[in-house]
Amino acid sequence: MTNKFLPWLVAAALGVAATAAQADTLADVKAKGFLQCGANTGLLGFGSPDDKGEWKGFDVDFCRAIAVAIFNDPTKVKFTPLTAKERFTALQSGEVDVLVRNTTWTLSRDSQMGLIFAGVNYYDGQGFMVRKSLGISSALELSGASVCVQTGTTTELNLADYFRANGMQFNPVVFEKSDEVVQAYDAGRCDAFTTDASGLYAERLKLTNPADHMVLPEIISKEPLGPVVRQGDDKWLTIVKWTHYVMLNAEEAGVTSANVEQMKTSDNPDIKRMLGTEGTFGEPMGLTNDWGANVIAKVGNYGEVFDRNVGPETPLGISRGLNALWTKGGLQYGPPVR
Amino acid sequence: MAVQNELGTDTSSGRVSPFYDPRIRGIVFQAALVIFVVVLVYIGASNAIENLQSQNIASGFGFLGNTAGFAISQTLIPYSVTSTYGDAFVVGLLNTLLVAAIGIVLATILGFIIGIARLSSNWLVAKVATAYVEIVRNLPLLLQLLFWYFAVVKSLPSPRESYGPLAGIYLNIRGLFMPKPVFGPGSWLFDAAIVVAIVAIVVIWRWASQRQAATGQQFPTLWTSLALFFGLPLFALVVTGFPVTFEMPELKGFNFTGGMRMEPEFVALLLGLVIYTASFIAEIVRAGIQAVSHGQTEAAGALGFRRGLTLRLVVIPQAMRVIIPPLTNQYLNLTKNSSLAVAIGYPDLVSVFAGTVLNQTGQAVEVIFITMLVYLTISLLTSAFMNWFNLRMALVER
Repeated sequence: MTNKFLPWLVAAALGVAATAAQADTLADVKAKGFLQCGANTGLLGFGSPDDKGEWKGFDVDFCRAIAVAIFNDPTKVKFTPLTAKERFTALQSGEVDVLVRNTTWTLSRDSQMGLIFAGVNYYDGQGFMVRKSLGISSALELSGASVCVQTGTTTELNLADYFRANGMQFNPVVFEKSDEVVQAYDAGRCDAFTTDASGLYAERLKLTNPADHMVLPEIISKEPLGPVVRQGDDKWLTIVKWTHYVMLNAEEAGVTSANVEQMKTSDNPDIKRMLGTEGTFGEPMGLTNDWGANVIAKVGNYGEVFDRNVGPETPLGISRGLNALWTKGGLQYGPPVR
Repeated sequence: MAVQNELGTDTSSGRVSPFYDPRIRGIVFQAALVIFVVVLVYIGASNAIENLQSQNIASGFGFLGNTAGFAISQTLIPYSVTSTYGDAFVVGLLNTLLVAAIGIVLATILGFIIGIARLSSNWLVAKVATAYVEIVRNLPLLLQLLFWYFAVVKSLPSPRESYGPLAGIYLNIRGLFMPKPVFGPGSWLFDAAIVVAIVAIVVIWRWASQRQAATGQQFPTLWTSLALFFGLPLFALVVTGFPVTFEMPELKGFNFTGGMRMEPEFVALLLGLVIYTASFIAEIVRAGIQAVSHGQTEAAGALGFRRGLTLRLVVIPQAMRVIIPPLTNQYLNLTKNSSLAVAIGYPDLVSVFAGTVLNQTGQAVEVIFITMLVYLTISLLTSAFMNWFNLRMALVER
């Protein structure tokens, strides 16, 4: 488990020269023939392999969207499952091309780690899950509790901040993998389990009796989750960033995977530019002009991806909330394609 | 042949071309190798620094003074959320040393018992010991740790349904809770009594062995030592009127508070390490004992030694020569294996420092470098101590 570090250390110490010198991730990806995407080790609805070994989820679909933008083929992507503490080293050393793994955007991650966030594909916040039998209704009643948490996350820091700010004691029980955290909580090692609210909904489904547990109402932090790339390759950053924006714009304009072919004949200039029937917006990015149309056709717009993986119709049953489009009172806002 | 003759005459005249002098050649080649290694390390290090800078990744060791901002469940020194990464490093290091030190002591005791039991003439005892060794040492340690943590420790009851075998002692899924002695005023005499007892025991051991060497008379050192070690502090307590009170663990809210507590992660890791390493130590002990010629046992028997005495005075001292060097390996293994703690959430050095700290700072190269350096230092120190001990135990040839 920890041995995974060794190759990275060697890579970080010696082999990074390769990535630093070229820093043309798009050319590398095209040469390789596939996108290497850093994914979660298993977070239902966001990124986990299904029973056939096929990767599914909200973040996984975003990786597929990037692959479609480049290759017009959602299967030309390989996933590297990464724990919270492995993820940044894997990206820094060039083991993955992009990290889409419910990772929180913070200042120190942007400034000290040689990384840059390409936007926010999911606005989240940290919450607590407890057993209903505990008989509490607020996180402020958790003083003295044992809390299960995953190592190397902003969650671990927010947890300490929250208890300190409210003058409460707690006992952290820290694991490396989210599965281990859930297992420990399920076995009763901890009174509470904390992670991003989206994660709580996903992990609750893995518990022996999901109905015995409840999520407390407090959201104790801002967790803007988004894709991350290495610094120093602005072209690649642009591709990742605009893959997200084109999916937002598609939802806003009502373009879906079902109607994208008809929409190509639309008279709306916004839609024409987005789908590449007018102007040459793809070529300067190193892509084809119809890259946007391909992404929508093969993966879908933002709303489709959300509903398919985590939306109200799925076992997770998450409502759009902050992740609704700006036109519907949410925060998701795509800059214009022009 | 001609060349060799010519060389030969050269040598006899005392003037060898430096090019052919094996001593100079040796020095040159070794110097070249040293330069090569130094240059390689330098290139590697400067390349790493340059790349870290060009990638805008922070580097250097300044982060050790920054506020850590995360909590740790088991801390031997005062540590809070506002402590630094450097403090977190010390907490992790002490947790590793704690589990390694206790583990080494317990594994040695258990290993010796099992090793001797394997050679027992009692069929059942010998077979049980053999089964233990064969099962335990052939299963991967990680699996055993997961077994102890998830299968055994996790099946303990919740705090409200704790086992309470004795007053004040509770066992539940949150750990083992025990009363904590709180020493009141006047307890310095108790501390002093322990120190005096230990000093007295050392003096008596020296005196007894000298007297036995000189006169052949034996002295019951073991019983005297035990009496001193427990008697003196007890006497001190009686004299000062028992200034000790016990802080009992109490069920408050979710958990027991107060008293002493052993985290389940610690217990599981210790159990796993001790049971696993003891199986290897048992084999080393068995091999060591069997390496002592049977003639020695027979000779001791002929002199009228009882079995226990033969084992203690004849066999084990000789077996120790064979046992100690491989025992060192097992101690090193146990210490290094303690890094598997990360799998069951025990906050050791790897989990706290090479895990959380690495991730919060993103300075993988520095953190991994420090961590490797620490394990190397611990291992070399253990090794040096065992070498010293081995020299002490080696047969003195007269």
